[in-house]
Amino acid sequence: MKYLLPILITALFTMGSQAQEDDLLSLLGEEEETVEYVNAAFKTNRVINLHSLESTSAGVLDIKISHRFGTLNRGAYELFGLDNATIRIGGDYGITDQLTIGLGRSSFQKTYDGFVKYKFLRQSTGAKKMPLTAAFFASTALQTMKWQNPDRENYFSSRLYYTFQMIVGRKFSESFSLQLSPTVVHRNLVKTSAESNDVFALAAAGRIKITKRLALNAEYIYVLPDQLLPGFRNSLSVGFDIETGGHVFQLHFTNSTSMIAPGFVAQTVENWGDGGIHFGFNVSRVFTVVKPKFD
Amino acid sequence: MNKIVLSLSLFLLLGTAVQAQKYFTRQGKVSFFSETPVENIEAHNGKATSVVDAESGKMEFAILIKAFQFEKALMQEHFNENYMESSTYPKATFKGQFDNWGSVDLTKDGTYPVDVSGDMTIHGVTQPVKAEGEIVVEGGKVKGHSTFNLTVANYDIEIPSVVRENIAKTVRVDVDVDYQPLDRG
Repeated sequence: MKYLLPILITALFTMGSQAQEDDLLSLLGEEEETVEYVNAAFKTNRVINLHSLESTSAGVLDIKISHRFGTLNRGAYELFGLDNATIRIGGDYGITDQLTIGLGRSSFQKTYDGFVKYKFLRQSTGAKKMPLTAAFFASTALQTMKWQNPDRENYFSSRLYYTFQMIVGRKFSESFSLQLSPTVVHRNLVKTSAESNDVFALAAAGRIKITKRLALNAEYIYVLPDQLLPGFRNSLSVGFDIETGGHVFQLHFTNSTSMIAPGFVAQTVENWGDGGIHFGFNVSRVFTVVKPKFD
Repeated sequence: MNKIVLSLSLFLLLGTAVQAQKYFTRQGKVSFFSETPVENIEAHNGKATSVVDAESGKMEFAILIKAFQFEKALMQEHFNENYMESSTYPKATFKGQFDNWGSVDLTKDGTYPVDVSGDMTIHGVTQPVKAEGEIVVEGGKVKGHSTFNLTVANYDIEIPSVVRENIAKTVRVDVDVDYQPLDRG
């Protein structure tokens, strides 16, 4: 009797507690925490001209057609710049979710470009907490204009431009992302000895998501002083990302004509102050080339 | 008196031991299919958790929305960002029971048709759901399978006009689960 009563009480309690188990899943105990990567800091892998924190997903081909019209201050005669257009056609491909390669051809100075972008840190929460996303970007551009002085000895290497960039940023919230990109553009040949072959710049870009399918983007590229001749300016661009099913339309205003780094970092001449603003757009269309395997 | 207390204790202890049998999985397969003339979309998730209480016939499911995998990466991103808002509503859950549990004998091999009813919570919205399925008992192993339809609009999932033709109003959901006995240590 002395021993049985406690057993009885225990048994009754065990019964009681089991009768109340209406949350069955809690029986499995704490779930194993998984790593959750933060996605979609930007709607596509470009902010406007700059590369964003995003990569092209593995097996996906992203065809991009980009236009920059003439400047608004050309007036009604040239329909505020719409009579002129500079174009870049290119394609980006995701080899892995972190490694993207791309090729493009710009009408601006008849330039071909190729790039490699590797995302080596991914912002994440959960089992592994990483506050930032970081990527390394390297590109080569080949300018194919006819030589200005065909009579003198011209070198192929004089046509080459290199860009190296770190892209570091964070998606602070669903609606706000910010990134910084220290950049160096190397030009094998410059026009005058007063210009430096290496141009160091710091770029900043951000996004505010207005609705699920509309975002406001802005980017500014600060070129460190005493590297460019007077008359060259820092690039400032503001625009909207509009997303439909498989397309992202980026509509923007920018004072840069070129859509690749050697151009928009080191060869921007127009001035927002006097209406030297280009209307432009990037259209991105993704195609799934290699289908992922499901677990 | 002693005997009464003893037999009552034994009865209760045995009773609890027998009733304790529960089955679970962490690798349940849940897929959905949206079919329209424009395109077919499917997504797969192999990480559903589920527990079945063999005594009461109650069952629960939970699934991480982010673990759904699509063929198209952008579609997966849109699914999470725009439709399911998975950072706000990370999980979908189902709490319910087998309505004809009495006809299922887990100790005997066989295929038992079952009716399931309960509350489905997706995108923060809870709706009553009824589904038909099967419990298959084979060599002591318990498997569950069900196919049912869900109406997207019932869960406050907003589909913009540009893709309205691409996404079905009703999606088919397939559930496939291999249960294991839950040791209660």
